[in-house]
Formats: sequence, C-alpha cells, structure tokens
Amino acid sequence: MQLPLSRFSFSTTSKVYKLARLDHPVTGPSGLNQRARRLAVLSVRYGTCIGLALWLVAMACSSDYFLTTINLLNVARQTAPIIIIGVGSTFVMATAGIDLSVGAIVALVSCLTSAWLTDGLTASLVVIAVIAVGACLGALNGFLVWLGIPAFIVTLGGLVSIRGIAFVYSNGYATPITNPAILWLGRGAVLGVDAPILIALLVVVAGVFTLSRSQLGLHALAVGGREEAARVMGLPIGRIKILVYGISGALAALGGLVLAARLSNGSPNAGMGLELDVISAVVLGGTSLFGGSATIIGTIIGALFIGFIRNGLNLLDVNPYWVQVVTGIVLVAAVLLNTIVNRRVEQWARVSATDE
Amino acid sequence: MGAGFRDRRMSAPLIRMHDISKAFGAVRALSHVGLSIGEGEVLGLVGDNAAGKSTLMKILAGAHQPDSGTIEVGGQAVVFHGPHDARGAGIEMIYQDYALVPALTVTQNIFLGREVLGAWPLLRVLQRRQMDERAKALFAALGLRVPSVSSPVRELSGGQQQAVAIARATGFDAKLVIMDEPTANLGAPAIAKVRDTITRLKLQGVAVILISHRLEDVFAVGDRFIVMKHGHVVAAREVGDTHADEIVQMIVTGADPRRSAAPADPKP
Repeated sequence: MQLPLSRFSFSTTSKVYKLARLDHPVTGPSGLNQRARRLAVLSVRYGTCIGLALWLVAMACSSDYFLTTINLLNVARQTAPIIIIGVGSTFVMATAGIDLSVGAIVALVSCLTSAWLTDGLTASLVVIAVIAVGACLGALNGFLVWLGIPAFIVTLGGLVSIRGIAFVYSNGYATPITNPAILWLGRGAVLGVDAPILIALLVVVAGVFTLSRSQLGLHALAVGGREEAARVMGLPIGRIKILVYGISGALAALGGLVLAARLSNGSPNAGMGLELDVISAVVLGGTSLFGGSATIIGTIIGALFIGFIRNGLNLLDVNPYWVQVVTGIVLVAAVLLNTIVNRRVEQWARVSATDE
Repeated sequence: MGAGFRDRRMSAPLIRMHDISKAFGAVRALSHVGLSIGEGEVLGLVGDNAAGKSTLMKILAGAHQPDSGTIEVGGQAVVFHGPHDARGAGIEMIYQDYALVPALTVTQNIFLGREVLGAWPLLRVLQRRQMDERAKALFAALGLRVPSVSSPVRELSGGQQQAVAIARATGFDAKLVIMDEPTANLGAPAIAKVRDTITRLKLQGVAVILISHRLEDVFAVGDRFIVMKHGHVVAAREVGDTHADEIVQMIVTGADPRRSAAPADPKP
C-alpha cells in the first residue's frame, strides 16, 4: 500500500493518553478477553482509518489505475484545498462552533484575485491582501458568534452574503488568471511535489503545532469543552473566538487561492458546496461537533477518505449522482461510529474491565 | 457591620467589600452589602436560596462586576474586570460544579489560564512536562489523590474532580479561597477531607469563605458566620457566640433577634 497509514501519529488530542491508559498492564484472569476488548475499542475509535484502509485495498483490487502514482497525486492535489480549509474548521469545531462561510470566502477570494491581478497588483501583494480579507471576514464571524448569535446562523449568513458579494463584484462572470506566480500555487511543484500538496502540508504542520502545543489551541478546546468553566477561569473568550474564526477565514482564503490557481480563473461559482466537504472531513476525522476534542491528522484522513471515495467510484464508472449518495451515507455512518458506538463500546470495555 | 470584627486579628483586613450593590435587570440581587475577612480566617456565608451569597462571591471572584461599591485587598482599592484580575490578586473560587473542562486533562485544568510557556517570543510552546510535574507535586503536597494528571477530568469521580478544583484554587499562592457548597453531594469521608483542607489553609494563613447549607461544617472549622437574606446582610456572629438554632432563625426570618428594631439595618 502506498499510504503509510500506520505511521500517522495521533498526537493532537485526548486520544494519546487514552491509548496510554489502555496500554497499562492489567492483572486479570483473562488476558485474551482483555485483548479483545482493547481491539474492539481501538477499531471503533479508528473506524474512519480502518474504513479508508479497506476502501484503498478494495479499490486497489478492482482498478489497475487506482494505485498509480499519477492517480494518488491527483487525489492528493484535489484534496489539498479541503485539507487546508479543514485545518481552520478543526479549530472552529474545537470551540463547538461551525464555519459554513468558507465556500463563499473561496468564491470571493477567487474573484478578487483575478480582478486585482488585472488591476495590476503584484502577485505577492494579492496573496497578502486576499488572505487579509479572509481573516477579516472570519474575525467578523467570530465577533458575531461571541456576541451570542449561534455560529450556524452567523456563518450561514456569511455563506449567502459573501457569495452574493462575489457575484456583485464579478457581475457573475468568471475571469481568467494568467499571472504565473499565482498559477504556480495551483500548478507548480517543488522537487516533484505539487504546490497545493506542499502548501497543505505546511498548513497541517502549523495547525498540529498550534492545536496541541500552543495556548490558543488549548484555550480553543477549553472554550469548546465547557465555555462557562473557561470564562470563570478568566480566559478571553471573545479574543479566542475571533482568532479561531479569523484563522478559518484566512485558511479559506488560502484554499481559495490554490483552487483559483488550479482552475486558472476567478469565478463567483468557485467553492460551491465546499463547506460541506470541509465539515464532513473534520467530522469524519473524529473531531467532536460538540467541541472540546479535535484532531488535525483526523481531518486529513477524513479529507482523503472523501477524495478517495469520489476518485474510486469515478474510476469504477459509477454514476456521479450515486457518488453523492455514498458520500452522505459514509458521513452519517462515521458520525454514528464516532459518537454513539464509540461511547457504548468504551463504556462496555470499562464496565467489563471492572467486573473482572 | 463588620468594624468590630475587622480588628479582631489586630491588623487591616485582608479583603474588604464595602457597600456592594448589584441588580440583574429588575431583580435587586444585592443592596449595600459589606464584609471583611482577615488572614487565616474562616467565614461561613449562610442564607436561603436567592439570599445573594453566590452573587456576592462571584463579584469577589471577578465573575460579576458590581453596580456600585468597592473592594479592597490589603487596604488597596481594586477593580476586577474579570476572573483573571481576581485570580491575579490572590482570590480563588471553587465553584459548586467545580468549573472544570471535562475533555481536558487534570494538568490542563489546573493550569487553565496560567499555563507555563516556553521562552521563545513568537512560538510560546506549552511546557507540558513541566506542568505535569508541578501538578503531581501539588497533589502530593496537598495529600490529595488523583489517578493520573494526564487523564481527562471526565474520567474522574466526583470527589476526584473536587480534588482537582481544590488543587487549582490552592496551588498558586492564594490569599483567599471561596468555596461554594463544597460539601454538598459528598459522602462522610470526602466531607472530612474538605474540612481538613480548610483547616490546613487556615494554618497557612489563607482566608476561606465557605458558602454552605450545612451549618455543622462552619461550626466545625469556621470562625464566624455571616447570615444573608434577600440581598442584605442580616447579622454576623462569632462561632463560639452562637448556636445553630439562632442561625437558622436568622436565615428564616431575616431579622437579628439581638437587635430591638426588627428588620436589620442593611447599611453597614
């Protein structure tokens, strides 16, 4: 297998110590039973991972083209924007929030990029400016959420109105992007690694560090875990929310740049429905919708899962409408696994451990 | 009230709240309330539901801001804009629900809001090992037991969660620890443990304010009662100078039987 799944380390969340705890030597008469329990708990916890692995094996057996480097890189390239934006959404979901506006920010950034390049701005200035626009829109979302409006409503408003701005700004037309430096973001490569993949990797490294090693990441988890406790411990709730949604907006802008560059045009229709892919990836990865626990490596796996399902069904010549059906079912099944089944199995494992 | 008690320890009070009022919309939660407490003093704050005890203490802990009135710490007037300021002044509160984040570990909860960070200016890395070590040392010093400082709080029992809340409140050079119903919902051994903790804090010179429905806790470890009703202070009593019946009577009637004029003058 090309993907070294076993080497992914799940180092971002609560999962580390849970694993460590399970590794404690248990004095009991039935070591076999113990091992079976552990296996059950782990297989539910890493259900998405196992699902992805099974899917990869099944696809490798049914399509000769699937495991070729070209195809795998193709999937990785297509998935890169979802991963980039998904890192931001993982932070938002850590605070028990949701960001539905990322697809619209992608569209706006896509239009702004082509327009500003046409106006004669340099590529680097455009990159900085559109990321700033994304960060500001995100920060505005965060501010409104902090005021007490549900995140779902705030960012749903963003989804509609920001895309509206993109349409107003572009008059509904897609315009070409020809600037080579911008195009490189979507089509270039360094030492054979495509630029979108490289950018996604950099974002992931920064995201993993921020979530697990920085004060902001910890405080985001605390706010999502129990906001009232975070408040009485004196955490700056408003600042944390504005920062987290700001990061999500900035990364949506970066993802929008990569997408616009790959398609080489700025279109108000860009990123239509992308927010749903992003949220699916985050949830598939095991980040809790209710906040408090989040994993960026999980988000990558979730994004790759979505990418490989689409790619695989495509290669098998399945009607693309069915692809939507399957993606939706997989999402619901994964959430079922991550929430209810996971809780039941862990409870069962704990109870039967104390019974011995 | 309070002037007579204030000088009991022959020094300026550690904390003094003066003429505090607070309304939530049309509801007047506190009117012109004052109290003071000295080093190593254990004060029992008692009263019916909605007497204003929790509101008064949340103001002292920085969780609410008073509409009017002043707070002094060591004779200096202070203004708490949030819990962070109060904690900075050495005032810690143990909430009735412990105010822990269930998904975070014991260490993460203890250091929440005052994490130990690395020295690099732009990459201030959480010093996880150092915080774990300090949390372990803290529990050892307190004689409190938790299974592991790296387990998430949600996996702990109620008593263990309280131990985490106590460790967090007492582990950072607190001058005053406020405990909101610390013995509610606890079994006898756990209650004894809480009383031990209060006595130990007292010996270290830490002041403790105990909000409690259980008068026997205050009689066991406290120095003084303050009785509240409807947002007023009804009376203050030294523990040795009163008995449970009198306190209960004041809680119920809202009047101090030792004063001739029935309802108690709310103004200090």
